[in-house]
Amino acid sequence: MTTTPLPDGGAVGEPTDGKARPTAFLDVRDLRVHFPTDDGLVKSVDGLSFQLEKGRTLGIVGESGSGKSVTSLGIMGLHTVGQYGRRKARISGEIWLDGTELMSADPEKVRRLRGREMAMIFQDPLSAMHPYFTVGAQIVEAYRVHHDVDKKTARKRAVELLDRVGIPQPDRRVDDYPHQFSGGMRQRAMIAMALVNNPNLLIADEPTTALDVTVQAQILDLIRDLQKEFGSAVVIITHDLGVVAELADDILVMYGGRCVERGPAERVFRAPQHPYTWGLLGSMPRIDREQTERLIPVKGSPPSLINVPSGCAFNPRCPYADVPKGGVTRTERPELRPVPGTEAGRPHHSACHLAPEERTRIWTEEIAPKL
Amino acid sequence: MRAARGGRGPRRDTGVPGRRRPTAVFAYIVRRLFAVIVMLLVVTLVTFGIFFAIPKLTGADPAALYVGKQADPETIEGIRQKLGLSDPILVQFWHFVTGIVAGRDYTGGGTTVHCDVPCFGYSFRTEQDIWPVLQDRVPVTLSLAAGACVLWLVGGVTTGVVSALKRGSLWDRAAMTVALSGVSLPIYFTGLVSLAVFSYGLGWVDGDYVDFADDPAGWFSGLILPWITLAFLYAAMYARLTRATMLEILGEDYIRTARAKGLREPVVIGKHAMRSTLTPVLTILGMDLGALVGGAILTETTFNLPGLGQAAVKAISDRDLPLILGVTLIAATAVVVANLVVDLLYAVIDPRVRLS
Repeated sequence: MTTTPLPDGGAVGEPTDGKARPTAFLDVRDLRVHFPTDDGLVKSVDGLSFQLEKGRTLGIVGESGSGKSVTSLGIMGLHTVGQYGRRKARISGEIWLDGTELMSADPEKVRRLRGREMAMIFQDPLSAMHPYFTVGAQIVEAYRVHHDVDKKTARKRAVELLDRVGIPQPDRRVDDYPHQFSGGMRQRAMIAMALVNNPNLLIADEPTTALDVTVQAQILDLIRDLQKEFGSAVVIITHDLGVVAELADDILVMYGGRCVERGPAERVFRAPQHPYTWGLLGSMPRIDREQTERLIPVKGSPPSLINVPSGCAFNPRCPYADVPKGGVTRTERPELRPVPGTEAGRPHHSACHLAPEERTRIWTEEIAPKL
Repeated sequence: MRAARGGRGPRRDTGVPGRRRPTAVFAYIVRRLFAVIVMLLVVTLVTFGIFFAIPKLTGADPAALYVGKQADPETIEGIRQKLGLSDPILVQFWHFVTGIVAGRDYTGGGTTVHCDVPCFGYSFRTEQDIWPVLQDRVPVTLSLAAGACVLWLVGGVTTGVVSALKRGSLWDRAAMTVALSGVSLPIYFTGLVSLAVFSYGLGWVDGDYVDFADDPAGWFSGLILPWITLAFLYAAMYARLTRATMLEILGEDYIRTARAKGLREPVVIGKHAMRSTLTPVLTILGMDLGALVGGAILTETTFNLPGLGQAAVKAISDRDLPLILGVTLIAATAVVVANLVVDLLYAVIDPRVRLS
């Protein structure tokens, strides 16, 4: 798939404001999304950076409230919509999409990118589709806002897409309302709506959470196939490590609005470098595990994003908080550092005060055997 | 009367696929119309029962009520015969209902009074058929309700939407303060103020009602103050309702989806959000219009409009039972029909509503 030139093509790929031009297709730098509330400043995302190339999939993993959904909305420029909508969200950092910096760009320009260059699949397709308009009308609308075509052409495109995402009798179902679709079909229709403009970036926010297990697998297969076909960059946001294991090339683990670990999927699964990731892996049900063994939950609850603990946000829940860390104080925040030996190519980063050797020892001796 | 909505209304149905067929809609309308007629019969029977049975139970003579205290027994007996007041109540009811479709003669005391189809009764107070009185009064009330409705819909919904979009702004706070006063101030206050200022003070309009057919401009100028006064009250309620609904809808996932598609903000608001916001507004509108036709008593009294509400008040103070019965029937019909129309429109607006 080729990149469609933007209407105001001149600006594309040009660095703005003297900021360093990124090499990656999607380059998020030090993203912060803060919501002022009556109780204080909610730091939903607090300094998140990552890159993503076209044709690759990034899985963002974390508990509820870790800031993963706000990250995706921030990239789309939709962070003002939501639970804290009463007051304006404060957003800072840089979001480079195909050489264009979105944060400083004209909102109208971002609007024109939205839906065409970057599209989003939402968690609950029933509430994410307008109940009063037919599925077809909603796809047609998504197409026509970015393409100057008549309704008939757009409808043909909608039917084509519905067919592509595996809706039977698409020429008939196109006139159905969302409530007439089953849950899995609705998510397929949602995907069709997101893909109707061949976006280069697809963000899927918990795309399978509202679906039952068999349908989940189908939807994941569909997303994978479509990515191969369209060659887009995909960000998949989930709390389910099983989902990222299926799809992601890279994994980013979020905790308390920050990245605690990121790296190639196979490395993060094989040699995770953060106690929180260990906890997530331990709490994941596995079919090859003995029935008698219980899942190990991550103790405690996610931190309040208003008073994120100074120092390591995971410290209060960390089973290794008391392990000596060579002079590091509790209030010192761990930086995201490359894991030794993985610097080349796609490095594996982790933000943990534990010494790398100590982490490797704990993982191989204490955690891995129990999984 | 609002309870009329219960039970047979449209049901929400999520999940079961199926399209609405024209025949099904037609069958639904027929069924509902049938229900309307039954409903009206029940209303008539109950009203009838109250007006004609209670005097019997309490020992008061209904015939004496008609002619006044000083009447001699002979006259009273004549009235009793004419109205058939000695008959069992169901027989009286039967005469009343058949009178509506076939006309009716009142015979007794040597004279016969004929009441034309549709006979809604005969008032021995004013010595008139009820139906022509209603015919005179209904257009006044309809004019009042319809004009005010246009004003309050435009004013209320616009104010509500703008307030929701600019929540917390000076405009929002000002509009909601005015709306609160609009809801709190009674018609006879706002009405008198507007009369004092615009009619007596500035002399822009003069108050009397004339028929639209006779003089459209006079009709308009006679109604403009009542319209504004009545619309102010309702616009205040609708602004608050619209604002609250719009705010709720703006938080919906599908509005976020609309934005994620890259739609322009006016389309997101004007198409996606408005469509959902208007649904509850429409429901309340049907109810309110139905109730208003039943009598905007305060407005009609304040502005001296010869409408149904005014007729009802007068009938009550005159103890003109047949007229009260007639007004009640018209009011009940208006509410029940408004309900039906709302339910049908609801099914048009919301595809999830299935007529069954």
